[in-house]
Amino acid sequence: MLEAIILTVITAATPLLLAATGELVVEKSGVLNLGVEGMMVMGAVAGFAVTVSTGSPLLGIVGGAVAGVLTSLIFAFVTLTLVANQVASGLALTLFGLGLSGLMGESFVGQPGIKLQSLDIPGLTTLPFVGKILFGQDILVYLSFAAVFGVAWFLNRTRAGLILRAVGDNHASAHALGYSVIGVRYVAVMFGGAMAGLGGAYLSVAYTPLWVENMTAGRGWIALALVVFASWMPWRAAIGAYLFGAVTVLQFHAQALGIGFPSQFLAMLPYLATVIVLVAISGNRRATLFNTPSSLGKSFVPDR
Amino acid sequence: MMRLELVKRAEKSRLMSVLSPVFAVALTVVFAGIVFAAQGHNPLSGIWYFFLEPVTSLWGVEQLITKATPLIIIALGLSVCYLSNNWNIGAEGQLTIGAIVGSIPPILFPDFVNPLVLPLMLLMAMAGGALFALIPAKLKTSFGTNEILTSLMLVYCSNLFLDWMVRGPWRSPQGYNFPITIDFHEWAVLNAVDVGGIYLNLSAPIALVLVVILAVVMRSTLKGFEIRVLGQSPRAGSFAGFSNRRMTAFAFALSGALAGLAGMMVVMSEIGKLQPVISPGYGFTAIIVAFLGRLNPVGILIAGLVIASSYLGGEAIQTSLQMSSKLATVIQGVLLFFVLAADTLILYKVRLVTGREGEGARA
Repeated sequence: MLEAIILTVITAATPLLLAATGELVVEKSGVLNLGVEGMMVMGAVAGFAVTVSTGSPLLGIVGGAVAGVLTSLIFAFVTLTLVANQVASGLALTLFGLGLSGLMGESFVGQPGIKLQSLDIPGLTTLPFVGKILFGQDILVYLSFAAVFGVAWFLNRTRAGLILRAVGDNHASAHALGYSVIGVRYVAVMFGGAMAGLGGAYLSVAYTPLWVENMTAGRGWIALALVVFASWMPWRAAIGAYLFGAVTVLQFHAQALGIGFPSQFLAMLPYLATVIVLVAISGNRRATLFNTPSSLGKSFVPDR
Repeated sequence: MMRLELVKRAEKSRLMSVLSPVFAVALTVVFAGIVFAAQGHNPLSGIWYFFLEPVTSLWGVEQLITKATPLIIIALGLSVCYLSNNWNIGAEGQLTIGAIVGSIPPILFPDFVNPLVLPLMLLMAMAGGALFALIPAKLKTSFGTNEILTSLMLVYCSNLFLDWMVRGPWRSPQGYNFPITIDFHEWAVLNAVDVGGIYLNLSAPIALVLVVILAVVMRSTLKGFEIRVLGQSPRAGSFAGFSNRRMTAFAFALSGALAGLAGMMVVMSEIGKLQPVISPGYGFTAIIVAFLGRLNPVGILIAGLVIASSYLGGEAIQTSLQMSSKLATVIQGVLLFFVLAADTLILYKVRLVTGREGEGARA
């Protein structure tokens, strides 16, 4: 029973975790991309489309990541090259992504998808209890585990990570030291796009192998909230994602048990939890300020 | 290698302030033409059907005004938020809650039938929308919680709440189990009147009056000055004795009230009862309208008509070219990108430089 619950929690948390670790890197470079929802839903539709037309969920995942990167490049060009307002451009990206994915996915509505198979690791999957949880998952779940460790290691232990943080904390100084602020930010935004695309593809290829319009249902926004909750620390993003996964699963279980409580109120739980968590975390202003990348959301124009 | 380089202008270009939305619309038309061509249609006829054909008939103009009215009313409120640096993106939820609160008189008191009901409903809808908008505002001023995320999360909650209301406590006993409330009585709906061949109800003139009021307030009152100063420099504003907290509450309450008003009038004129979905995303589309109108009341009036025409265009290409009406949302999104990108021209000159030239300039 407990094993089954943990497995569903991981499934519900994985798309959030993938998108949140991507956005965490983006924000560490000083860019606020509010278009996570748009990139995610593009990843979902592309992932489904590629899976159905090639018959390969693995190619579908790659397609989802590519779609996420391409979508993020629109945002990068408008905000980094043309220094447009990042908040407004992020909203535009979300509205655009929701519209375009609806258009692209119209012919796929109601079609059966192909579910991504789990990738059992020989010998380890049969371990008691942790076997299925840690070693009997599909490739995207492993990737989400790896992303947390990888991003934490990259940001704190590598030179490139240090440069990325410098760009996010003080773009003028980073520029004066000879680093390409815009270049670093382009790469970061594209990474964020790829991760959001993977998160979206997870929904349409592994979570529910179907295409439904607006199927991300606000998960991109929850991922953004997770980054704030995590104070820009990858391992805390993971905790947050699994907490949200747990809330989602709780809601399904409560509905299944037929508790005399309207299902609409249960469905509100993840959104209300986001609001409550944001309030709780913002109560500690000093810690938040300390961790917030100082140049977050500010445009940079190199003076030559 | 070629790249774009931005050179800051000495001051804002007034010419570009006017021209940039025009550029954006022109580029969007070109984009739409490319999409039509890619789908195997004549781009010119596609553009005709999408942008122009809908407004060639009186009925089309009537539809245009009907669709533009809520967008304009909501965008007016949002513009005050965005100008004062308050990022309310939850207008869709404020619209929903406003419409629910405003519907209390005809649903719970169906025997209370007299001319007072109509203004009462509008006022209650405004109060409902404003109070709901004050939740993210209060969380922002008291705890510093990010209002973008909270206002958006509340949209999902409000839609679920409406869904519960119309399926649960407010479901009509005569509705054959459909998720609808009872029909509103005669004093709880807005009837259309013939104005030179076009049937209009009270909502369009209300939108016009609001445009004029906001234009005057922004241009020639202290409140308008306060909104702009606090948006551009909260520090400077506080020296002038303006309160950022009060402004946040004011901007959210105003935009929530207007969203509630718009939602109520949509329900009163087009639906006549409550049902699970009452808005085709007016609250989100109004964000595009606010920016396309450059956060200026008159600009928003024009932008509302432009964006409303894209809804009609979507329906027109569906019937005449058998294309998906969803293209309309894509075009709206693209238009917003072009608007934001074209705004760069106001503050910067954009130059295309080759790699070598750029290197030389840096050295």
